[in-house]
Amino acid sequence: MKYAFFPGCVSRGGCPELYPAAVSVCERLGIELEVMEGAACTGAGVLQEKNQRLGDTLNARTFAMAEAMGLPIMTICSTCQGTMSQAHKRLADDCAYMAEINQVLAEEGLEYKGEVVVKHLLWILVEDIGLDNLRSYITTPLAGLKVAPFYGCYIIRPTGALGFEEHPEREDSLEKIIEILGAEVVQYAGKTRCCGFPILTINERNSVAMVANHTLDAKGLGADAMVTPCPLCHLNLDGFQPKAAAQRRTTIDLPILHLPQVVGLAMGMDPKVMGLNRHIMSTKKLLSRVAVEA
Amino acid sequence: MEVSLNVKRFDPESNAQGPHFQEYNLDVEEYFTVLDALIKVREEMDGSLALRCSCRASICGSCSMRVNGHAKLVCKTKVRDVVNHDHRVTVEPMNNLPVVKDLVTDMEPFWDKVRAIQPWLQPYGTVPEKEYIAPNETMLHLAGVMSCIMCGACVSDCTALEVDKNFIGPAALAKAYRFVGDPRDDAGIDRLRMYGQSGGIWDCTRCMECVQVCPKGVAPMERIMGLRDKAIEAGLSNNNGARHTEAFSELVKHSGRLDELRLPIKTFGIFNFPALIGLLPVGLRALRKGKMPPIIHKSIPGVERVRRIFEKVESKK
Repeated sequence: MKYAFFPGCVSRGGCPELYPAAVSVCERLGIELEVMEGAACTGAGVLQEKNQRLGDTLNARTFAMAEAMGLPIMTICSTCQGTMSQAHKRLADDCAYMAEINQVLAEEGLEYKGEVVVKHLLWILVEDIGLDNLRSYITTPLAGLKVAPFYGCYIIRPTGALGFEEHPEREDSLEKIIEILGAEVVQYAGKTRCCGFPILTINERNSVAMVANHTLDAKGLGADAMVTPCPLCHLNLDGFQPKAAAQRRTTIDLPILHLPQVVGLAMGMDPKVMGLNRHIMSTKKLLSRVAVEA
Repeated sequence: MEVSLNVKRFDPESNAQGPHFQEYNLDVEEYFTVLDALIKVREEMDGSLALRCSCRASICGSCSMRVNGHAKLVCKTKVRDVVNHDHRVTVEPMNNLPVVKDLVTDMEPFWDKVRAIQPWLQPYGTVPEKEYIAPNETMLHLAGVMSCIMCGACVSDCTALEVDKNFIGPAALAKAYRFVGDPRDDAGIDRLRMYGQSGGIWDCTRCMECVQVCPKGVAPMERIMGLRDKAIEAGLSNNNGARHTEAFSELVKHSGRLDELRLPIKTFGIFNFPALIGLLPVGLRALRKGKMPPIIHKSIPGVERVRRIFEKVESKK
């Protein structure tokens, strides 16, 4: 099982703990990765506000590179996944548009044929590794832990671009993973809502209010931790949780874990390799409840 | 088919109970919509259930409600498509709007916001003798947004409205796009200035809830992005939203990937000391935990190819 690995900007930027966690979990699961070092940022929906064609061209370039490698793409960010999936759909739906974009790529000797597969690690775990197979890797079940899923908008909406019709299991893939790892799923209204990150620099009050709503909701229902497949959500839910607590004049203290970190923990991997010491919200109390290898 | 309708009830005239759920077990036909089932409840089981509907053909936009947590026109939603494995369906009134009774919401705040964007054509200059003529091709891009039936589904599920009632919201902003994009309207720049204020286009979170729930394919968020694009094009970029978009674009063009350290600095402006000082505690906490983007930001290999794409595609716009 081999993928062209698109790590995204944040896994080596604002969330440097994500990249090693994802890579080591993949290694343990026998997922071979070839890093797409030359691939550009997806635009994250921001570039697309200004120029959608430009964003689509950059993503078509990445798709063409993966096609040339003969590999499907693996992402580890809901936003990268969603942005690529949307670009993929626009190109697939309009041959003339794709031909125009290919003209730009031709300068570089690239051509996108329209056949790339782009999958988040979350979907790979459920669809390609398989839940039963994943279960066989679990050495340290997260029994007794209550974990709240937080998807990130781009990996669940719009469903038409994300292949939910062919893969209805994607709708609750995160809950399935949490269960397989031995933890209990906390169901709460916020799991599919917005974390607030996209408006952080525009309207911090609103952005932080979203962090407060979701973390307090989950905490109120007994969550010991929240897990997300999106590093941008992580930046807000973890990094701005102290501000959210201050806004509500309360304490929250809810550890926010990246998807590969929680999988790695259940596979008995070293929390330091998983970068669990690099979060703003301490994971110490949580780790003391998981019987991990030294 | 047996179904259990879990309906959120609220009667403002009853002091006995606040909002609560009531379950109705009934037998429905395979072809029943959620609206058919609710009407059956009202006519055969509980005449006190309040709901609003009119055309029953997804044209009038009266019957938006939340079904299993998401806004839908219940006349367009088949029961069999939304029942879960134990035959339950949860029906609640729309979110982000005051509840009048049970499933009926007060649409006044919705209409107030639509009125606030000045939803009428404002042509300047001489009035033509007959009608204003617009070439067909200049109106085509408005066909989608003109399909809006003002049902309020997008407003119900808007995540920005959930935390800020002042946000003008997806329905009103989609309507705003309809006038900015109309070749017969001449108030474009004034409109964009108005829509760019606090509570306007830059407060949208881009969460795509409105795109997902709109029963008519209006895709309000994409219209809001269209308005942002037009605002930047018109030079209305002296705000954090526009600067963020511009800075993001410049940084990706420069190195092929995002430089997260420079993005907030470029967004707020290097001399915007209050905003930058506000970020200090967050930055220091991140630094202490080793959760910082690298100070020396490396470009991706072959970044000149990416720059070339930027130049080529941007010059075409």
